[in-house]
Amino acid sequence: MQGFPLGYRPVDEGGILKPANERIHGGLLAKVEEISGEKVFRCMQCGSCAAGCPMHDRMDISPNQVWKLLQMGEVEKVKESKSIWACFSCYTCGVRCPKGIDLARVMEALRQLLLRKRRDYADGNKIPEETLREVPPIAIISCLRKLSG
Amino acid sequence: MNKIAYYPGCTLSNTAKNFDLSARESMKALGWELDEMPKWNCCGTVYSLASDNLINHVAPIRLLVRAQEAGHDRLTTLCSMCYHTIKMANHLVRKDPDKLEKINFYMEPDPAYKGKVEIVHVLEMLKKDIGFESIRAKVVKPLNGLKLDCYYGCLLTRPKEAALDDVEQPTVMDDLVKALGAEAVYDPYLTECCGSYHTVMDKDVVADKAGRIIESAKKKGAEAIVTSCPLCFFNLDARQKDIAAKTGRAPGLPILYFTQLMALAFGLGPEVCMFDLHYVDPRPLLKAKNLM
Repeated sequence: MQGFPLGYRPVDEGGILKPANERIHGGLLAKVEEISGEKVFRCMQCGSCAAGCPMHDRMDISPNQVWKLLQMGEVEKVKESKSIWACFSCYTCGVRCPKGIDLARVMEALRQLLLRKRRDYADGNKIPEETLREVPPIAIISCLRKLSG
Repeated sequence: MNKIAYYPGCTLSNTAKNFDLSARESMKALGWELDEMPKWNCCGTVYSLASDNLINHVAPIRLLVRAQEAGHDRLTTLCSMCYHTIKMANHLVRKDPDKLEKINFYMEPDPAYKGKVEIVHVLEMLKKDIGFESIRAKVVKPLNGLKLDCYYGCLLTRPKEAALDDVEQPTVMDDLVKALGAEAVYDPYLTECCGSYHTVMDKDVVADKAGRIIESAKKKGAEAIVTSCPLCFFNLDARQKDIAAKTGRAPGLPILYFTQLMALAFGLGPEVCMFDLHYVDPRPLLKAKNLM
């Protein structure tokens, strides 16, 4: 039941009309909303999150597109993107959002979907010794806490 | 002498000893003793945003329990990441008693956290407990002629539950350096992220982001950047080596902690600032301004 355009109102077996968002809710999208505590259908595509994002140039799916794709039920596509790992929760998108929704939380939820399945992005054993020597402890701890399960 | 419980955190007892020592000494000059907690643990460094898993909030809450045990109602810290993590976790359990109960249950036999401890940043103390007028009165060696760019970074001012000042236009550090006699330049990158923990996996990102901040500061005529976060400090200071390798020119802009500036202005001498820990040596600049 994924990929319906918004506004498309499919009829379920009992012949009752259901809004599209209820149809594409459930499954992964419900999980994203549960982990993040955010409602993805509140986004109205103003683009403030993308405009303020310091990592925008390193993302393959821009912050506002993340919201839109999730609304369309394309959780898999967003989950496999570079964007979720590029985001480092600086909260700029959240404080600038006129609807008061926080993309940083959604990005964390998407990372969690992978990390909870043992798909780590960072491997502590592969960090070069030279890096371990020079960076402050908070850098290593935060990197491994955010990017590995 | 007033006393406040102080949580240094891992980095201030490790690579950022210059921040720790200069803070303790300059606060002492202002009549406040930073009383290190006898027992502390890692705060977790990043606040977990997953709302269905409470285990990541145990570390910061345990710290607040330690402060509560010792009879403190306030706890201070300097590191932006510690401040953010503890303040957000505190906010979460105050807002949601169910979650607090679950965490308390998990932490047994530690005493239950009652949600009464307040976490304050040293910058907040300077503004509210001490006041910039009293700070101005303590200055013996005004930082006249020094043009500084105050850089706040991401975690000190965002999100609004954790902010110690305005989320977009914070001024507390600017007010401080002005009270110390320096000139604060306005830089639009004041709350832009420096690249954060990507410094471990991808130096290139940090060279990009930190390079942009440094370039903007230089354009505005700043002679040094002032920060309050040991990770911002590392990314802006030591990563100048990588910026030089990437762009072919070394920015050579010194980075300072706000506490080092206080120590200099209060006449505590360069010994408490430990300038040998800096990649870009600020001493030539400070000597040229007659501050050392």
